[in-house]
Amino acid sequence: MTAKAVSEVIITNEVGLHARPSVKFTKLAKTFPCTVEFATSEDGPWIDAKSIVKVMGAKAPKGTRLLLRAQGEQSTTAVAALIALVERGFDEGGGHGEPQ
Amino acid sequence: MASPSRISGQSASAGFAHGPVHLARRQGRAYIAKATPEHELHALNEAVETAASSIAAAMGQLAGDAADILEFQLAMLEDGSFTAAAAELIASGATAPAAWKTVLEAEIASYRASGDAYFNARSADLADICDTVLQALSGESAESIPPGVIHVDEDVAPSRFLSHDWSKGGGLALRSGSVTSHVAMLARARGVPMIVGIGDAEIDEAANALLDAQSGELLLSPDPAQIDDFNTRRTASRAHQRDADALASHPAVTRNGESVQVLVNIADPSDVERISIDHVDGVGLMRTEFLFGGARGLPDEETQLAAYRKVLDWADGKPVTIRTIDAGGDKPVEGYTIAEDNSFLGVRGIRLSLAKPEIFRVQIRALLRAAPHGALKVMLPMVSVPGEIDAVRAMFAAEAADLAQAGIIHRMPELGIMVEVPSVAITPARFAAASFFSIGSNDLTQYVLAASRDNPRLGALGSAADPAVLSLIGTVASYGLASGIETSLCGDAASDPDMIGLLLDAGLRRLSVAPARVSVIKAAVRLWAPGEIE
Repeated sequence: MTAKAVSEVIITNEVGLHARPSVKFTKLAKTFPCTVEFATSEDGPWIDAKSIVKVMGAKAPKGTRLLLRAQGEQSTTAVAALIALVERGFDEGGGHGEPQ
Repeated sequence: MASPSRISGQSASAGFAHGPVHLARRQGRAYIAKATPEHELHALNEAVETAASSIAAAMGQLAGDAADILEFQLAMLEDGSFTAAAAELIASGATAPAAWKTVLEAEIASYRASGDAYFNARSADLADICDTVLQALSGESAESIPPGVIHVDEDVAPSRFLSHDWSKGGGLALRSGSVTSHVAMLARARGVPMIVGIGDAEIDEAANALLDAQSGELLLSPDPAQIDDFNTRRTASRAHQRDADALASHPAVTRNGESVQVLVNIADPSDVERISIDHVDGVGLMRTEFLFGGARGLPDEETQLAAYRKVLDWADGKPVTIRTIDAGGDKPVEGYTIAEDNSFLGVRGIRLSLAKPEIFRVQIRALLRAAPHGALKVMLPMVSVPGEIDAVRAMFAAEAADLAQAGIIHRMPELGIMVEVPSVAITPARFAAASFFSIGSNDLTQYVLAASRDNPRLGALGSAADPAVLSLIGTVASYGLASGIETSLCGDAASDPDMIGLLLDAGLRRLSVAPARVSVIKAAVRLWAPGEIE
């Protein structure tokens, strides 16, 4: 029996799920053995979070609500790690970044 | 032995080079269709691998933004999605290049159609990825330029210029090209001789060539007398440069004892690595176009802040004038500028920034946050009516209030304007809301003489030494002096030693010049005294 994890997060960094954020997002997703997918609405389509072509193809700007789901080994950790990355603004700072 | 021939162009970066001609090879071998779909797919997979390893190799030599772009391109290539889609087309009979092109062009179209400027701008990356693989499929590779040659090409991309080792000499002779292109700015900044607009004259590979980028000429298969003459002029020019360099850190004082401020123009933050702050009175123009466009897309606030801080830190308290994005005209930026028939008279410079406030806001915030780190001044390009200054000032105030609310350290910088549209130069008093004026002689000249500066056929009309242009420069300089508004000139005229006497005669005492020209311009200033006719 494989574990399933689901969660959601709002994109807050200025440029959205753009080039550099997408590289970080897919790189992190690929470190987990489980399948990881995301969608911008409950009805899908569900997108493979390990494919940068598909992640960029979603063209998710700032303010987008991202739904994440993972299935398989380490699914809970995977979803938590990806949510944390999005919440940290992909470690880009920028936009309404924290004070210096 | 071929007889001597002389090809004329326009000087884009002064200097001399002697070496063999190196012709750019453009047309790769044609792709030969394979026997079966399996073979086609195999060819595609191999080409993708070749492209990926060449990107990975280039990545190793770069850092920062440039490396990030390549990392992104590499990730896109290594992702199996494009190849999988192309494989389906190949299975139904398409050749590998046709399939790859179809898949990538559809993807590019969907990025272009995206309403978001950031995503729109990534279409340039996809076009790059598309080309790299197509080149690998036809066996064509971006051949490197051997050291010391006179490279003849249609035009040269800035990345290509930067990846070449120019320390071994050599230069560029471009068939089209423009004196105001990014690569021309880089060539001037680094003192690499370059001429543009030589047209489609026949030139033999490996021909002995003398590039005289002072007078804008390429001499092919020169006779001994021409070589002697060239060497004499080159030796004299180098001796002059050496003498000037020896005094580079000394102030520029005219023969009658007047101080002239000599500042530097920065086209790319890495320019500061090649020049000592002790040699200049600050940065008179830092362009920000390098941040926008190319494969980089639109920069975020942090990327901009880092670039501005790098130059402010280097300047060590001396003034740094940063110009807000001056795109449009001959400087298109994918996903930002608007395609127009008459782009020099169109939505460019501050007009474009005001038309795209969501993008301008990001730059304003980065500038506000950079201001506490040095003597920052912000300069607006292409101002043509006073209301534009008010509109920008209001945007700065709004963003400053927002930063204050968020508790982010920032400061309001001085706001000045470029004087490059005749309406400003004719009636500068209407623009007294500006904290300073900086004359953009390149654009001012093209607008006063109605001669597009990217048209090589009009080269002779585009001189800042034209009496009408000099008269306007004089108007602005005297108004600046009378009203206490600091006035400088940052166009190419300030980097031309032959223009210095005319500019000082017109009343200017503050010049901003290309990095490689600082010492010779200071030397030219030291020769000047008022009221002398040379």
